[in-house]
Amino acid sequence: MSILQFFWKNQAQVYELTLEHLWLVGISMLLAVSIGLPLGILLTRRPAFRKGILGISTVVQTIPSLALFGFLLASPWLGERADRIAITALTLYALLPIIQNTYAGIMGVDHNVREAARAMGMTDFQLLSQVELPLAMGVILAGVRVATVITVGVAAIAAAVGAGGLGEFIFRGLAMVDNRVILAGAIPAALMALLADLLLGLLERRFRYA
Amino acid sequence: MCGLRPLPPKARPFAARAARPQSMNMVQQPNAMIEFREVSYRLEDGRPLLCDLNLQVRRGETMVLLGRSGSGKTTTLKLINRLLEPTEGQVLVDGCATTDADPIRLRRRIGYVMQEVGLFPNLTVERNVGLVPSLQGWSAERVRARLQEMLALVGLEPEHFASRYPRELSGGQRQRVGVARALAADPPLLLMDEPFGALDPLTRAEIQHEFQSLKQRLQKTIVFVTHDLREALMLATRVAFLEGGRLVGVYTPEEFRQVSNPVVAAYFKAFETGSLP
Repeated sequence: MSILQFFWKNQAQVYELTLEHLWLVGISMLLAVSIGLPLGILLTRRPAFRKGILGISTVVQTIPSLALFGFLLASPWLGERADRIAITALTLYALLPIIQNTYAGIMGVDHNVREAARAMGMTDFQLLSQVELPLAMGVILAGVRVATVITVGVAAIAAAVGAGGLGEFIFRGLAMVDNRVILAGAIPAALMALLADLLLGLLERRFRYA
Repeated sequence: MCGLRPLPPKARPFAARAARPQSMNMVQQPNAMIEFREVSYRLEDGRPLLCDLNLQVRRGETMVLLGRSGSGKTTTLKLINRLLEPTEGQVLVDGCATTDADPIRLRRRIGYVMQEVGLFPNLTVERNVGLVPSLQGWSAERVRARLQEMLALVGLEPEHFASRYPRELSGGQRQRVGVARALAADPPLLLMDEPFGALDPLTRAEIQHEFQSLKQRLQKTIVFVTHDLREALMLATRVAFLEGGRLVGVYTPEEFRQVSNPVVAAYFKAFETGSLP
């Protein structure tokens, strides 16, 4: 039985696990952006927090994913459900590139433009929303793109704690020593990562000025 | 009046300096738009950029701040719209200390043009020019009418330029848009920091001449920073010459040509012949 035939035979399950995978990645990215973006902005306003926040998110990044999943398994409320564990871990992994790029993007705004904005009597909020964020958007989106690709990959490990997703095929294939089953998980995951990279890359290009 | 030609602060005896702020309160000129009272500005590490500046800018005049790089011209300018705050002394705009005023409201009444222009690259010319009026809550219609008026004023046809982005403009056009943006909300006071410094000589001369006729029509109070002697003498009502963070003197262009001060003479010589004294 070739790989294509295997896909055809198991298409319902491939479809279901792909959706599950997408759901894990989507929710995690939503959370990561809504935490990471404000944190990145905070760092540009309060440079004193910079070392602490970037330090913590870098440390999180270095924890092996399997260990982080296992570690969260033991925590009280989170450990009760597999998807909570998975989403928490994925969100933590996605934070660093988003925080870092938000900070770098805003700090990279031409200081003449920032000074002109201040001299024109913009409040700090107007400066941020009308000048800094639009100009930093390309860099911020690049961070989101990297974070998304990482998350699609790491989400495959989520199956180890029973959170589902395409990792199910991969772990099952490993146990069965059957490459076709592994590929049934790996190929859709790779396509998902490539597609996300492509789409966010296109979006990013719309924010190029100068 | 006494404020016309302040002596270099170094030369003044200490007692006279200490007594000055109080006495100046009483003699404050009603037509002084900006007044520097014993203003010093130091960096956080204590390095002084400006020392004991006393200067009055009268309503409607063009005060040119002239001096070499690092003489404190730009620092002086930024103290007016509170981009910097004085370490000592007070800067009064319209009789009110800048540090007592709300910086946002203060800045919206002051136009600001700088060498690098600082146009917002993500906004069209139309949005760049209309920004301050929009922030002040003008109606969209009034902003649009003002845009037409401003672009025509600086010699750019609105129908050609309104929808362009800054990257699609030449250096001279960008600088014109910068001037239009600074004038858009009709501020009584205009600060200009070497606005024409980055332009080629021909474009610079063109814009200088246009600006000269423009400022006569507008009747604004203008503080203009430059290191270009010819530009200073052409545009100034009065020239304030700075050297090493200190005011050397304030002169009319005619007076300035006759000044016997060695620093000023050296500046003249270097500018005209390119040689060191």
